[in-house]
Parts: sequence; structure tokens; C-alpha cells
Amino acid sequence: MAQADRPLSPHLGIYRWQVSNSLSILHRATGVMLSLGALVLVGWLLAVAAGYTGYARLNAWLAGPVGALLLAAWSFCLFYHLCNGIRHLGWDLGLGFERQQARRTGWLVVLSAVLLTVAFWLLALAGQGG
Amino acid sequence: MAQFRLPPNSRVRQGKVHKAPAGASNIRRFVVYRYDPASGRNPALDTFEVDMDSCGPMVLDALLKIKNEIDSTLTFRRSCREGICGSCAMNIDGVNTLACTQAIEDIDGDVRIYPLPHMPVVKDLVPDLTNFYAQYASIKPWLQTRTPAPPDRERLQSKAEQELIDTPSACILCACCSTSCPSYWWNSDRYLGPAALLAAYRWLVDTRDEATGERLDELEDPFRLYRCHTIMNCTNACPKDLNPARAIAEIKQMLAMRRL
Repeated sequence: MAQADRPLSPHLGIYRWQVSNSLSILHRATGVMLSLGALVLVGWLLAVAAGYTGYARLNAWLAGPVGALLLAAWSFCLFYHLCNGIRHLGWDLGLGFERQQARRTGWLVVLSAVLLTVAFWLLALAGQGG
Repeated sequence: MAQFRLPPNSRVRQGKVHKAPAGASNIRRFVVYRYDPASGRNPALDTFEVDMDSCGPMVLDALLKIKNEIDSTLTFRRSCREGICGSCAMNIDGVNTLACTQAIEDIDGDVRIYPLPHMPVVKDLVPDLTNFYAQYASIKPWLQTRTPAPPDRERLQSKAEQELIDTPSACILCACCSTSCPSYWWNSDRYLGPAALLAAYRWLVDTRDEATGERLDELEDPFRLYRCHTIMNCTNACPKDLNPARAIAEIKQMLAMRRL
């Protein structure tokens, strides 16, 4: 039978989601989100340059429910990507490759990203109020 | 570019259900990927109800029981039944491992069994490993020397030098690691994958080998080595508890160090 006719065995759809592959794909997803966020940042700067009304409208939108949700998501993406990036630097130095270590540092990264996101917004909101 | 969806000829149908014999009380369901190249039909998932009161403890025992008693056409590779030959590597309960060392009782619910992921399927649970073996051969898995061997003895190593290669030498080339790796799924035509890279590492750290520079030259490539993104599926899957991910990281370090 010709090799080209052979079916391809299932892969992504059947492989179990573990800490290892889940956090890896999350790293990539947050990276993509941050790239999109950079475009929004550029748009925000353009709005500043365009004058008061455009800037005020964009700010109002960002302060609304959708904008706030996006900003919260972007801040989490930033902190997760940052923390997991540090985890990657450890790997580049040859550290943290034991199965258990990799699982622990993975959870540590998730926990750190959540805590940093919460702390960031508490500080930001406190700064706004004060 | 990664192709996330299975091609049309590879999409999996529902298959047959083989009920347990009457009177069986201790039943486990095994959902097994089936593909018959002679049928002209797409692969299917067959369900086998197995009476565990008359079945051995390992997944391979259940597969053999199914083949002996329910459907003799079920096709899979197996040999040593003790985790040293690497023949019965397959995807069990979502993770690549050896059927002979995977206990059934460690799996919750239905036992789902697929061939090693993202491989061409020859029949049922038998993948075509041609490319995998070609990649292994491409790293030249033998001792390369330029200096003549001592006339009166072998090329000796200290105990510490031997220990460097002990662990990577324990690889049984079952392909669990490479076929667990998403990078390998999307780029197996150009990325060597964890098994071949672990083998490359084994010769790089061998103090008797004198082709270290050439070996590193061969690996210094955006695809062959650097498609590894430290996902760590390989190390998590290895049934011999080896660590291909660390070996790959150390190869990257060797390449970085020789530029200094």
C-alpha cells in the first residue's frame, strides 16, 4: 500500500492536557495576546496625538466593562509571560528539568501571575482613588 | 505549517461494540483505534468489554486477551512484555507509554488506546516508524574516532565518564517521547525530535568520541535542534524515566558555549 494513503493517527485531540503542554500553549497564547495588546497601545498613543475627543472616547471605552476586561486579561498575559519567561531562562541554564520540579515551577508561575495581576490592579485602583 | 485537523482519510468513525460474555461481573471497557488498510474505510474506535477476573494486570494483557478471545484481527507490536524492547509503545489514556508496563488499575474509566500520535498508521496500533529510524541513523549513533586505538587495550573510560552515558544509553527507541511532542507533530520532516536528540547527546558526552564538533555542526539548525520549545511532554512520557528535554537543553548549551 502506498505510504501516502496511510491515515494519520490522532494527536492534539487525544493527547492528555498536562501541566507541561497546557502551560506551554498558554505561554504562546499570552505572547500572541501581548502582540495584539502592543497594537492597542499604539492605537492609544495615536489617540493621544489625534487630540482630546478621540483620546477621551478611547479612555471611556477602556474604562467600560469590555475595555476593563481586556486590560485585566492583558495584565495577566504580561505577568504570566514574564514569569514563564523566567522559567524558560532557568531551563536555558539547564535547571528545573526533573518532572516534579517542572510541575512545581509551572504551578508557581501560574500562582505568581495571578497574584501579580491582583496586586497590580489593587495598586492601580488605589492610585486612582487617591 | 501545523495542520491541526486530521486529513479526511484519517478522521475516526465509531466502530463495533463487543459485549462482555454473559455472567462476567468485573468488566472494563477498552476503546481501541482500529484501521484496516484492506477495507478502504476510515479508522474507527471499537469498544471491547473485557472480563477482568480472567485478565492480567497490564494493558498489554488486555490487548492479548482481546486478540486471543474476541477479535484475532487486532494488530499491535509487542515482544518482551517487560519494558525493555519498546515495541508496544502506544497512546494509552491520553499519554504515550508502553502497554506492557501500564497497569490497567491506574487508569480511570474507559481505557482508550490509540497508536502513537501523528504517525502514518500501517494497521490498527502499528505506526510506520521509517522516518523515526531514519532520524536516529542521521545522528550517526556510533563511536567516531580519528586517533588510532591503543594497541594493547580498549579505549578506556573512568567510572565518572561512563556514568555520563549510562542514562542516555538506556533509551529503548520506543518513540513515546518523539510522538508526544507537538513540535515533532508539526515538523517531523525537519525537527529530529527528542529521541534522536537524546541519542545525539549520548555521543556528544562520550569522552571516547572524537567527532563532537561535527556532531554539533549537524545539529546547529533552526529546525533539527531548535524546534524544541521545552514543552516537556517528552520527559513526562518516557517509560524509562529518561530526560530528553534536559539532554536537548544541554546540547543547546554546548552550542552556546563553543561560541564564547
